[in-house]
Amino acid sequence: MKMIACPIQGLRPVSEFFYWGEVLDSPDPDTCTDQEWADYVFNRNGVAGIKKEWWCHIPSNTWFVAERNTVTDQMVRTYFYGEDGRC
Amino acid sequence: MPWRLMRFALSREHPEGRMFRTYADLKDSYDVVIIGAGGHGLAAAYYLARDHGITNVCVLEKGYIGGGNTGRNTTIVRSNYITPEGVRFYDASIKLWEDLSEDFDLNLFYSRRGHYTLAHTDSALRTMRWRAEVNKHYGVESELVGPEFIQRELPMMDMSCGGHAPVLGALYHAPGAIARHDAVAWGYGRGADRRGVEIHQKTEVTGISVNSGKVHGVQTSRGFIHTEKILCAVAGSTPRLLSMVDLQSPIYIHPLQAMVSEPTKPWLNPIIVSGSLHVYISQSARGELVLGASLDPYELHSTRSTLDFTEGLSAHILELFPFLSHVKIVRQWAGMADMTPDFAPIMGKTPVEGFYLDAGWGTWGFKATPVAGKTMAHTVASDSIHPLITKFSLERFRSYALTGEKSAASVGH
Repeated sequence: MKMIACPIQGLRPVSEFFYWGEVLDSPDPDTCTDQEWADYVFNRNGVAGIKKEWWCHIPSNTWFVAERNTVTDQMVRTYFYGEDGRC
Repeated sequence: MPWRLMRFALSREHPEGRMFRTYADLKDSYDVVIIGAGGHGLAAAYYLARDHGITNVCVLEKGYIGGGNTGRNTTIVRSNYITPEGVRFYDASIKLWEDLSEDFDLNLFYSRRGHYTLAHTDSALRTMRWRAEVNKHYGVESELVGPEFIQRELPMMDMSCGGHAPVLGALYHAPGAIARHDAVAWGYGRGADRRGVEIHQKTEVTGISVNSGKVHGVQTSRGFIHTEKILCAVAGSTPRLLSMVDLQSPIYIHPLQAMVSEPTKPWLNPIIVSGSLHVYISQSARGELVLGASLDPYELHSTRSTLDFTEGLSAHILELFPFLSHVKIVRQWAGMADMTPDFAPIMGKTPVEGFYLDAGWGTWGFKATPVAGKTMAHTVASDSIHPLITKFSLERFRSYALTGEKSAASVGH
């Protein structure tokens, strides 16, 4: 089975993880237009590439960011949100 | 029964010609360029030529015809959706399906089987009652049936699912059918070819030229083509094509896997779906069990298969049909599903003039092949959106007017 490196638990099987999509910056709901909000809510960058994504190790409820190649399914690196200013 | 088959019986040699011609070169320009020679693209080409008299059309295909999701789905055709728009649209498709073999003079093995969506929970039963009522309102044969009915029709099924997920009822949809999916692409391809449409395989689109908001041409691996109308019907490659014309969409790509068993004698007539167990199963004309499950859980632009999938799906199938434990799996594969947030397609016009979209077909596109082709041909030919597809526009995600079809998806994704 595919293994994923949780920043706390180390390598664990993919079945222990939950995927929550690409990391997106939310516009300020008080000041943005309806169109900007619709864009944030619905639109996705569906093009293949190396993406920053939210993943969670379910048993330990560890949320982290993974940079993953969505063509080869290889994890480039995993880290906590905000760590090293990388997110 | 296609009479053409008689010729095989009377001919000493195999008389069948090629399904479509090949061309050494692309022309400089076409009235319409269709990107993607899957069922949808070829169907649109067929109806453009047959119903609208537009034959200066080329269909570009990076690989080979029907090699994408047209040849990777589990071939189920049904119209038991939950939104009025969905029910009307897919019902129109079934009506086209039923005459298609005759239209093509090609046997599609279209086989009306009946379709059961099993409910294992009260909430599933509620949704099925809702779907049955919406279906009946629009003249589609669907009804809620109880466990006695199901057990009588499917005596070989374990109604308790090993004791942990007893079947409480089902949505029974009599028109549910299966068809030979490759033949659908071939039939539409041959019909379009005979009417003058050019099909170009192994021709990749590398760019789309847009001048002041209007389509101007297509750059391909075999040169530039001038055109003012492009129909994009590329399923899992839609986001990449949209990026060529700077359009945003909610489409995201997840693989959908499937597998078939070795052939067995005919024992399963209807199509069985269980949302709770995440399975669907039918038996093909060859006797193979065609098996599918839910989407892979994360984005991937690849058609790789996994062992997790085979194990998980087999385990659930054995809960319904324990006697299959000695039947072997012979093939597994995957397709790239272009998913949308509301599980309805994205069809029609776009903000780029002359760029028409037939996408967002996720896990539900095969059954829509005829009607998608027909409505898109109308939309492209007249530059006005066909009335059956107005609720499927890309615009709906700007106006928050979604067409919620998720509860009618075959399995809970």
